[in-house]
Amino acid sequence: MFDYNFHWRPVMKSLPDLIDAAFLTLQVAVLAMIIGIIIGLCLALIRLHLKGPLYWFASSWVEVARNTPALFQLFFFGFGLGAFGLHLSPYLIVLAGLSFNCAGYLAENFRGGFQAIPDTQMRASRTLGMTAWQAYTRVVIPQVFRIVYHPVTNQMVWAVLMSSLGMLVGFRELSGETQFFASRTFRIFEYFAVTAVIYYVIVKLILGAARLLAARLFRY
Amino acid sequence: MEPTLTFFSGFGINDFWFLGEAAMRTMWISILSITLGTLFGVLFGWILYEGKLTAALTVAPVLDVFRSVPLIIQLVLFYNFAPIVGLNLDAFASGVAILTIYAAALVANVARGGIEAVDRSMRRASRSLGMTYWQDLRYVVLPIGGRAVFPAWVGVALGVMKDSALVSVLGYVELLKASQILITRTQEPFLILSIAGAFYFALSFPISRYAASLEKRWAQ
Repeated sequence: MFDYNFHWRPVMKSLPDLIDAAFLTLQVAVLAMIIGIIIGLCLALIRLHLKGPLYWFASSWVEVARNTPALFQLFFFGFGLGAFGLHLSPYLIVLAGLSFNCAGYLAENFRGGFQAIPDTQMRASRTLGMTAWQAYTRVVIPQVFRIVYHPVTNQMVWAVLMSSLGMLVGFRELSGETQFFASRTFRIFEYFAVTAVIYYVIVKLILGAARLLAARLFRY
Repeated sequence: MEPTLTFFSGFGINDFWFLGEAAMRTMWISILSITLGTLFGVLFGWILYEGKLTAALTVAPVLDVFRSVPLIIQLVLFYNFAPIVGLNLDAFASGVAILTIYAAALVANVARGGIEAVDRSMRRASRSLGMTYWQDLRYVVLPIGGRAVFPAWVGVALGVMKDSALVSVLGYVELLKASQILITRTQEPFLILSIAGAFYFALSFPISRYAASLEKRWAQ
């Protein structure tokens, strides 16, 4: 039954390359999150305050991002845009796909966060003589930040996990690099087992860091 | 004049049926794994709730792994691990197995949340009325807790449906794989990806809308 010989040596030899690729994974995930947060914030504010074409644009973005598979979105940026003669590099495909997806999910989180702050807070701060900008940045945003902190860390984890789809569009981040080595040596199981461990460690590190940061930020 | 040989042919009505059939396969693999995953997930959720310390040391870390490693890595690992232990599974069976465990890991948390959502005094009351432990679970906890976490469960189920697109890496021809096959033949990526995306959207959007409206109605 068990006549398979595990060969870990080739995996160990290419471990430094895998670690490098893991940093690439982290880099693309963090970049996608930053872009996603900025766009998601805009989408959420548009959906809350505006009507007309902009509202429909933001709503369709959010619904498409949330109701189609992330892999489909990556393929769309990869092959779909190719129909218009726009050929992105694998790095840009993954970055664009992830940002699109994260923005859609984060927009809903932000919208929930903004809706959780009662209007009276805004009115009270305006009554105290704050300008709209001051009221927004000093009263509303800090409270929203607390509410959306956990969903955002979760989304960060999802961004790391989703970046593994880069393997299917030829991007050599952690998964793509693993597949590259695995197909050269045919030690598929061993390579992917090590990669799974690396992903697990990355996710745990992110969650741990988020918890530490939360303990410092939300002391009061 | 001799007719020129063409490798590529346009998108026809037959291809539409091909995509439709593939969409049915996506639905079939999703329904199967969501059903099985929910059954196991509820069981795990109950174990997590009841067996505090033992469960935290045994079941919880295992389920955590399935949530912290990208699904695509899990699929490749399992698909290559099964033959090592003498199991000969095809792409469909491997896909169902991993999607089931993945769904179970996500549902377990939802189910535990559902049990925790039922007030302790409510359960004591039902026990004082002479209900057995199982009657209490079936007639008190299930209706109340189930209602509290139903929207979260729908979110998990739709997530698994979308993630079933990843089974295409194992060669199972579901919707996204079918669209890739058609793209290779017709060279019309934009059109075909749009149709595939519309299929996913049509599967996912009405259900998520329905769940959202239910949530709103129950919140009143």
